[in-house]
Amino acid sequence: MPRFIAGNLAKFALLMAATSFVVFFLVSASPVDPLSANVGQAALANLSDERRVALEAHWGAGVPFWERYGAWISGLAQGDLGTSLRFNAPVADVIAQRALNSCALMAIAWVASGVFGFVLGVAAGARRGSKLDRAVKAYCFILAASPTFWVALIMLIVFGVGLGWFPIGFSQPIGRAAADVTFLDALHHLALPAFTLSLVGVANIALHTREKTIDVMASPYVRFALARGESKLSVILHHGLRNLALPAITIQFAQVSEIFGGSVLVEQVFSYPGLGQAAVTAGIGGDAALLAGIALVSAVIVFGGNLTANVVYGLVDPQIRKGAHHA
Amino acid sequence: MERGTQRTHQDHQSQEVHHHHSHAPHQAHPGGHHLLQVEGLTVSFRMYEDAPAGGLRAFLNAPQRTVDVVHDLSISVHAGEVVAVVGASGSGKTLLADSILGLFEPNALVTGTIWYNGERQTAEGLRALRGRGISFVPQSVACLDPLMRVGKQVRGFRHAGGRAEAEARARRQRELFARYGLGPEVERLYPFQLSGGMARRVLLCCALMDAPQLIIADEPTPGLNEELALQAVQDLRDFANGGGGVMLITHDVELALRVADRIAVFQDGTVVEETSVAAFASPEGLRHPFTRALWRALPEHGFAAPVEEGVHA
Repeated sequence: MPRFIAGNLAKFALLMAATSFVVFFLVSASPVDPLSANVGQAALANLSDERRVALEAHWGAGVPFWERYGAWISGLAQGDLGTSLRFNAPVADVIAQRALNSCALMAIAWVASGVFGFVLGVAAGARRGSKLDRAVKAYCFILAASPTFWVALIMLIVFGVGLGWFPIGFSQPIGRAAADVTFLDALHHLALPAFTLSLVGVANIALHTREKTIDVMASPYVRFALARGESKLSVILHHGLRNLALPAITIQFAQVSEIFGGSVLVEQVFSYPGLGQAAVTAGIGGDAALLAGIALVSAVIVFGGNLTANVVYGLVDPQIRKGAHHA
Repeated sequence: MERGTQRTHQDHQSQEVHHHHSHAPHQAHPGGHHLLQVEGLTVSFRMYEDAPAGGLRAFLNAPQRTVDVVHDLSISVHAGEVVAVVGASGSGKTLLADSILGLFEPNALVTGTIWYNGERQTAEGLRALRGRGISFVPQSVACLDPLMRVGKQVRGFRHAGGRAEAEARARRQRELFARYGLGPEVERLYPFQLSGGMARRVLLCCALMDAPQLIIADEPTPGLNEELALQAVQDLRDFANGGGGVMLITHDVELALRVADRIAVFQDGTVVEETSVAAFASPEGLRHPFTRALWRALPEHGFAAPVEEGVHA
């Protein structure tokens, strides 16, 4: 056990170091410079040379890569994620404020896609070749082949603009004081992005679960249970779900990264002020500190998801729990 | 039905050859009651020919053909006897078990007639007999759910939900475990924790749990040492001595000869000869060249490998 913890801590530290380094390297290698990204085109053209130099010095445009990265790392060691160039606020504050929105969005999408994907996958796999199976497969293939932002646009056009059931963007009503925003308002704004993200996530989970269900239904223990006179439904309930739980847990936690990636696109389309949208803003604005901060947070979430999958797997599978040394 | 049970009941013992099988005069064949009778069973699979060259259209219209895996097979099992189906591994013996249990692959075409207790069965009828008359003893521990404790699996999920029935099944499971020398702690084990001998007894208990009349055992001995293998078939013999019928599917002729009453010799998807164990006393008692080849291949007859030309002569 101590070895397991130490090993995972080491992996975690290495992941953090690699993630931050790659983000910093990419930002410094990108052609976007903070000045042209953050000062309007017209203003930039009329900028006096002294102002330009002053601004460049303020944003540290000319500071070499290693020096900047070193400064950021030493700040991080003291718990300081730096200051966002674009939002003109501490990175930690920006992330904290947006993480709340994103977490609600991602949690709903994660749970909904997991539950519906699992149910659809089991139903399709257990009745392979049936009309239901073909319908589920068609749905999954279409969704899996559609770009997330495109699905988001369609949803926006149909439900936001066409039917007018949901707002076309943002996390709260436009032109209302933050204090007057009710929980229902927030939910109303959250619904469409969360639904879109779930819709896309279902495809992946359902297809994986379907394959696993087909494997389980063809397994010797299912055939034996059938040969003992158990009904197909009973076999699925008693042996199918039990054996599908393990792969489902793995897929579900691996799905965390998929959902996170999808949320970046969905938040952008719905102008939803979450981490994903902030990441896009930071990337386009050359805001290295914010981008690195968000990258670290997402790496923590994905790492946490995978680690949880490993731990839960060990708890559920008796062959791991009891230490099977023979096959 | 017409030519089945009615006539055979009266003069069963007197006919030397009937229903494609023969009896030895001194052989155990109590009551002459046919528990299971399979006639003209053919199992074939529809499959695609190798895709011919010529693009998508040719691919979509690829010709199908049917491949016979079991053809025109007849066999019978009487109450109180062990019938051993012997033949090479991979010759389709398992399909015979699947057919009797009504476990068909979606692309299988099955024809022929199966009688159980004198009643002609349909596919639904066979399905309804699973665990309610006919029980199956599979080959290996892989047939147990790897994630479920053994006791729970042996009890099974057949009880309609009644608490009393569930308790009765638990009691019966404990009785069976005690009878076959499985300690109470075995209940709490997972399949991967069972030894080969324990797994074999657990699988037998699964079958006996449902108090069957007929047991179909598909290769219950591979992976067991000689002592355990012998014990495995002896348990089946005891079941038959108690009035049940056993179809023992095996590739081990020697073992079959030690416990069975009759031997059905399986070759190339069919039973070529169904005869008494006593007929194996000398090659003259055996009709089919493949059976004689099997006889010659027995250790006490010099291990002569079956000669292909002789087999098909």
